[in-house]
Amino acid sequence: MNLNQLTISQARKGLKEKKFSSVELTKACLERIKKIDSQINAFITTCEKEALDKAKWADKQLSNGTIEQWNNYPLLGIPIALKDLFSTKDIKTTAGSKVLEDYIPPYDATVVKKLKDAGAVILGKTTLDAWAHGSSGENSDFGPTKNPWNQDYVPGGSSSGSAAALAADMCLAATGTDTGGSIRLPASFCNVVGSKPTYGRVSRYGIVAMASSLDSIGHFTKTVEDSAIFLAVTAGQDPFDSTTPNKPVPNYLAALKKGIEGIKIGFPKEYTEKGLDPKIKEGFSKSLDVLTGLGAIITEVSLPHTEYAIACYYIIQPAEVSSNLARYDGIRFGSVRQNFGDEAKRRIMLGTFTLSAGYYEAYYKKAMQVRTLIKKDFEEAFTKVDAIIAPVSPTPPWKLGEKVNDPLKMYLSDIFTVTANLAGIPGLSIPAGFINDLPVGIQILGPQFSEERLFQISYAYEQSTEWHKTKPKL
Amino acid sequence: MQINVPHVAELASLPLKKEEIKKFQKQLSAILNYIAKLNELDTKNIEPTSQVTGLENVTREDQSSPSLSQADVLKNTKSKHNGFFKVKAIFEE
Repeated sequence: MNLNQLTISQARKGLKEKKFSSVELTKACLERIKKIDSQINAFITTCEKEALDKAKWADKQLSNGTIEQWNNYPLLGIPIALKDLFSTKDIKTTAGSKVLEDYIPPYDATVVKKLKDAGAVILGKTTLDAWAHGSSGENSDFGPTKNPWNQDYVPGGSSSGSAAALAADMCLAATGTDTGGSIRLPASFCNVVGSKPTYGRVSRYGIVAMASSLDSIGHFTKTVEDSAIFLAVTAGQDPFDSTTPNKPVPNYLAALKKGIEGIKIGFPKEYTEKGLDPKIKEGFSKSLDVLTGLGAIITEVSLPHTEYAIACYYIIQPAEVSSNLARYDGIRFGSVRQNFGDEAKRRIMLGTFTLSAGYYEAYYKKAMQVRTLIKKDFEEAFTKVDAIIAPVSPTPPWKLGEKVNDPLKMYLSDIFTVTANLAGIPGLSIPAGFINDLPVGIQILGPQFSEERLFQISYAYEQSTEWHKTKPKL
Repeated sequence: MQINVPHVAELASLPLKKEEIKKFQKQLSAILNYIAKLNELDTKNIEPTSQVTGLENVTREDQSSPSLSQADVLKNTKSKHNGFFKVKAIFEE
């Protein structure tokens, strides 16, 4: 196995036992990027010099360090990639847009600082649908990303580059954001684990804002255990983000291997009744069988307002987008607003319209009320079950170009993911099989701040299946 | 339901070309027609949700602390003068 194919857990073990160095691990990733990224287009920026400098520093810590110090750096020497929404001091941060194509932040996002402090090596910034506006990766102003499993197909978006880079073993983990499914969908399409934590669990400070009441900061990893390791680093209250509550961060690894005997898992009938690709329905059914085999009690639940979720989301999100993108006026940073791509322009106009005088009550206020109904659906369901399991996408990955000219069609791909953002609840997308050699994931959703439970359920499922061990042929 | 695209674009400071206006008019109408679906729901007496985890009145002490230097702040602008951002005049003499 090449070093870049390792998981975080395996790499930590190897580094500790001095089987290889962080410099060797980092070089393996950089070489992989050089070899295949021209095909995949996952990275906008690679910072080779900074990465190797940090890897050298990590190796020094490893040779001088004590066990105590080892525990203080949970990601020591581990090469990761960052979605290009995360402000990185002195390293170009573009949000995937021409408007910011030469913007160099003078500060690090809180999460970036936490990852650096944990010892991580930053390989570079991954591409995305510009401003996180998209579900396929095709809205990047720097070219679409290809799905490493079949390059005629989309990797999912908006965190397209992060998911693809990880699936192709160009890094050992990658960060993302999920406002309406932008981690869970690409994770599902690329056969990796995608974590969307509870709203406010991870600080949004320094991360280019899309929709401030919906944005969740998360990550991609190759295994569930790695996902827990990563969240332990990024989670926590931040004085710079007043939407992060003063809730302690539990030991995510402690609950991981408990098993799921007796755990009640609900599947929403509205998600499987109609509009679901029959092969996805079949695969989903098989996943339920695996969980039953592990001792879980599977029941049907109802989320009655599901059919209104997209309409609700596509009023609230563009409204907040129009507000957040108002700061890009070319005065302090960035270029002129004409350089916004089509999708950004559409969302800005839609949002401006629904917030404008005479329309605010009919659209935005109405959507906020429907949001309450959707949130209540989940609260009600969670009185009956411990977690909810659902498909991530109504269809398998689609071909590049297939939906890009029909914005509404593209929006409808988000039907199973937007609900978690509207309710502010956490979700974990995990590999669950293949359809025509393209990955299809499932997602586990839980009440707010129940990430431990999601890891527990996902770990049990993962260890019972082989999906996470499959790699694309590149 | 139609959006007055030139009006909305002006509100949003988005200079658009003529061809763009036509294209967006069509696409935005389709989207607006879809989101009108929410009118099927009775939301009388339902509280709107904007803060989804129940936080309220999060404050801090009114103390200043070290922040970005003036040089850092000016690093990314295309137009500066004597340590200020330079912009087009709003008022004329």
